[in-house]
Amino acid sequence: MPSTALAGTRIRERRLLAGMRQADLAREIGVSPSYLNLIEHNRRRAGPRLIEAAARVLGVDVSALTEGAEAALLDALRDAAALARGDPEPEAGRVEEFVGRFPGWAALLAAEHRRAGDLERTVERLTDRMAHDPYLSTALHEMLSAVTSLRSTAAILSETEDLPPHWRRKFHDNLHGDSVRLAEGARALAGYLDTAADDDRGAAAPQEELEAWLRARDYHVAELEEPRANVSEDALIAAAPELASNSARALARRYLRRYRAEARALPQERLVAALAAHGPDPGVLAAQLGQPVPLVFRRLASLPPESEGLPPVGLVMCDGSGTLVFRKPVAGFAFPRFGGACPIWPLFQTLSQPLRPVHCQVEMGTRPRQLFDAYAVCEPVGPTGFGAPQVLEASMLILPVDAGSSPGQAPLAVGVSCRICERTECPARREPSILVEGF
Amino acid sequence: MSGRVLVIEDEPNITEAISFILSRDGWDVACHADGATALEVIRETAPDLLILDVMLPGQSGYDILRELRAAPATRDLPVLVLTARSQQPDRDLAARLGASRFMSKPFSNADIRAAVREMVQA
Repeated sequence: MPSTALAGTRIRERRLLAGMRQADLAREIGVSPSYLNLIEHNRRRAGPRLIEAAARVLGVDVSALTEGAEAALLDALRDAAALARGDPEPEAGRVEEFVGRFPGWAALLAAEHRRAGDLERTVERLTDRMAHDPYLSTALHEMLSAVTSLRSTAAILSETEDLPPHWRRKFHDNLHGDSVRLAEGARALAGYLDTAADDDRGAAAPQEELEAWLRARDYHVAELEEPRANVSEDALIAAAPELASNSARALARRYLRRYRAEARALPQERLVAALAAHGPDPGVLAAQLGQPVPLVFRRLASLPPESEGLPPVGLVMCDGSGTLVFRKPVAGFAFPRFGGACPIWPLFQTLSQPLRPVHCQVEMGTRPRQLFDAYAVCEPVGPTGFGAPQVLEASMLILPVDAGSSPGQAPLAVGVSCRICERTECPARREPSILVEGF
Repeated sequence: MSGRVLVIEDEPNITEAISFILSRDGWDVACHADGATALEVIRETAPDLLILDVMLPGQSGYDILRELRAAPATRDLPVLVLTARSQQPDRDLAARLGASRFMSKPFSNADIRAAVREMVQA
């Protein structure tokens, strides 16, 4: 067992060694299979009681599941050392000695490193939003214009003693107009930010409305999984308050039609059985199931997260211009909300070579650095024929690499987008990074 | 004070306020709201000083400034850039494009009166 394994990973490894089904262990320790699945993939933290129960059921000592705590501390410190830009460099080779001699300081440093990472992610998100959110930018500009006019006009009224009556009336009218404009703008902005607080993002575009709806149901539309499901797309849409705009409902209709067709072509039970037999490699699954690779991507991304053998799955799709048209995030691999993504992603590499699947490991540059298996393929969509424009759609499936496994070859260094990426030497950089060069 | 000031700003109430306070100081003030035709109006008006908003319909203030500095007749025209964006990169960009002075919104009337006076006398 690798020394860096996290508790969830250790539980999973011990369960598999014991030949026990996830559902059976979940029942024995009194949690749902989906919750245990999240724990085993380190998406939820395993508490002491759960670890004790799991150790009892699996017949191992509690320490066999918990001895990763120190390893996690070492990992955090190594990560901090790797990202350090100081001179002299941290003595990375003596990190274990440091933890042994100064456990309190080591824990503090690791905690501060994590906190810095969290703050960076917050800055990234807010900066991305401030820089690219068209609604926010316009609203703030409108309000600043109203405030500018108010300030200037109010100063004229208070400081000009001999103001002619017609000018006084004029400026009073302007004050009234600007104050109304400011109040309306503030109310609209507050409403927008209140909505954003619900999911930390707020839907600013039809695509985001659709994604919010899908996220609320774990990207799984159970109503369309039955082979003879007769619920209509419109009925599903009508019951979805998240789909507020006509454009979002049109997007949802198209998405659900495709979902229904693909659920019929590759039923959930068949995919889950193949997953259990062959693992999550989408290339292997496509070959075994006789289905196109992009369809397998989408079906894997729409399985219930508690499905046996299913790792956390991210999916991102773009059109021929590179615009992201679908985003199902996975922990550690962020997608930009607006603007261009990292051009190094295999997703974009496939646009120049349609129908040729690409697989490689990628290392996301955000903290902590994480490895993912990225599977990408591009296919022509839409009508074909001589003279018809080529319409492309590329998809990339993203699966986290187990913390304990070692990469076969050097992973591809990627980021979220140039603006929030620290890889200063990247040949594909479009603009300076605010994380390196500041605002 | 005497001299001609042209204000290119698309917010009518801001334009009105600037126009009023500068007129009271004796400046001959003209106003224009459209970025697309701004260069033409600048050439026709031949102002002693230009107050230029950045976010304009038709053409941005930065694009207008770039063209002003490329033309011999307006290369040295004093330009006061007004913008709601006040971060250092915005200031740097304005300076690189040849802005004589940068002022962020909201501004005080006293500041804008002083800036115009200093820039024309410089």
